Amino acid sequence: MHKLRMNLARLYMGLFLVFMIAPLAVMSGAAFNDNRLPSIVPWKGWTSRWFEAMINDDRMMVAFGNTLVVAVAVAVLAVIVGTASAILINSISGRVRTLLYSMMISTILIPGVVIGISTMILWTKMGNAMGTEFFLFNPGLHLSVLGQVSYIAAMVMLLVLARLQSFDAGLEEAALDLGASHAQVLRRILLPYLYPAIGAGGAVAFFQSIENYNVTQFTRGGMDTLTVYVFSMVRSGVTPAINALAFLLIMVTLVLALIYEINRRRLARVEAEREAEARRATALEEAI
Amino acid sequence: MNDLIRRYGVTITALMCLLVAFWLVMLVVVPNITLFEQSFRPYLPVVDVGGPKDVYSLRNYAKVFDGSIERSFFGIPYMIPVHVMTFGLTIWYSIVVTVACFALAYPLAFFMAKIANPKSLPTLLLLLFIPLWVSEVLRAFAWWIILAFKGPLNALLLAIGAIDEPVRWIVGYDGVVIGLTYAYVLFMLFPIYNAISSLDTNQIEAADDLGAPWWKIHLRVVLPHAKPGIASGCVMVFMLSAGSLLVPSILGSTTSQWFTQTIDQWFKDALDWNTASAYAFILLLLCTVFVSIALKVFNVKLSDIAK
Repeated sequence: MHKLRMNLARLYMGLFLVFMIAPLAVMSGAAFNDNRLPSIVPWKGWTSRWFEAMINDDRMMVAFGNTLVVAVAVAVLAVIVGTASAILINSISGRVRTLLYSMMISTILIPGVVIGISTMILWTKMGNAMGTEFFLFNPGLHLSVLGQVSYIAAMVMLLVLARLQSFDAGLEEAALDLGASHAQVLRRILLPYLYPAIGAGGAVAFFQSIENYNVTQFTRGGMDTLTVYVFSMVRSGVTPAINALAFLLIMVTLVLALIYEINRRRLARVEAEREAEARRATALEEAI
Repeated sequence: MNDLIRRYGVTITALMCLLVAFWLVMLVVVPNITLFEQSFRPYLPVVDVGGPKDVYSLRNYAKVFDGSIERSFFGIPYMIPVHVMTFGLTIWYSIVVTVACFALAYPLAFFMAKIANPKSLPTLLLLLFIPLWVSEVLRAFAWWIILAFKGPLNALLLAIGAIDEPVRWIVGYDGVVIGLTYAYVLFMLFPIYNAISSLDTNQIEAADDLGAPWWKIHLRVVLPHAKPGIASGCVMVFMLSAGSLLVPSILGSTTSQWFTQTIDQWFKDALDWNTASAYAFILLLLCTVFVSIALKVFNVKLSDIAK
């Protein structure tokens, strides 16, 4: 009975993985089908013309560039704001902390539609009130960046805060006692300790920004990001050029995942060898 | 605060406070207040803005009740305003998605946390993460291909004889529910997995030794322990579903309107930002109410959700 249940669990695990991966496989497969519409049935033979179509699609390439610029800007801003917030939250307590912390967390739960519309209205209204044509107050991708930072910063904050909790504040005390300046304490002691979390936060922010549609849709003005462009293609006249792009993006993800996995296994092996070595050494010592 | 100044000096502390203030005030609080204020203003030509006609009213909110259509419930016909119906259906199907995600994710989370070989676990997690890195629009697009009338799913089901004629998945809410479940199930899986991982396996074994059947072990030991994770997953999935604009737009049709699409139409097609604000505010209000109820029901704090 127990064995049966174990096997059922494994089967379920397998089915779930198929459920998660199969749509991506179907989408990638359609990139090679010589069919005007993106699908894998009916299969009309192999072709690579959709990859050429993708490269020749100027609007898509512009959208791709825009996406990268926005994502980098969001990552940089979100990391700066998120890290500062985490340090601040970590060093205060009581009611103020609860209030600030709840406000920060709640930004993750605000629907993107609301963030998009409110950001758009605020900045354009400010522009109107001041009667300027300055670009900051017009719709455009810079407003998308601001809107996205408003909730992505909270994710960075959570990651950094988690790491801060295991930080030994005595290190900073020691540095101060030894005559380090305030800037030095921050730059040489605290930030290096936080780098793993900051790096993870930056990566999360980057990918969250690429994913984003709701905020961008309302604030972008006439500009395209990849998400918006793909969406408009799906709505009106889709070609498998999108599948070609999707295939490439999935491949990039796969390669990154593979590098990560190989690296992890190597580290795990090194670790295991070191442990074995230590055990042998102790055994030898005891024998002597 | 004093502690901060002592460590990092006045300048750096002030800079950090400024950054946080910029975020919370300029990017969160003020935009939402502006949205709220704007939602009470009428939609006027530019020359009339600020003029005598520009007075506060509840008219934008009242638009929700415009345009009734007839529906019937178990044969009893009744009139319902079309936007109220959209709103109700959005909530209902978001709940369906949340329940579906939980049903799919819970067994897997338990398997990963307690049964699977810990050595193969990182590989498994990585495999699950891959779809999460592929952008949402592409995941919705993938299902658009699969669910198409002449698509692979219908072809497969026809081939194995499960159905006699192809199904129109995109008409109605089937496609939306499938797409949303696929897009957000991982947001349910990881919190529950984290919660179950922290459960001491001895507790399960003790219950087993004392003769508890497997369903009772889950009901009395595992589920209560996983409650914060479940709450967190449910809140995340519900909010993402109710607030999603992409998936309903791609996998829905005219017969399956989502409330965010109504907001989008006011904003982009009617160019009436004020009514769009009113509708967006209604959505925000709903989300706040839902989160509060969920927190009460599960008896957890907002700060626990973030874990």
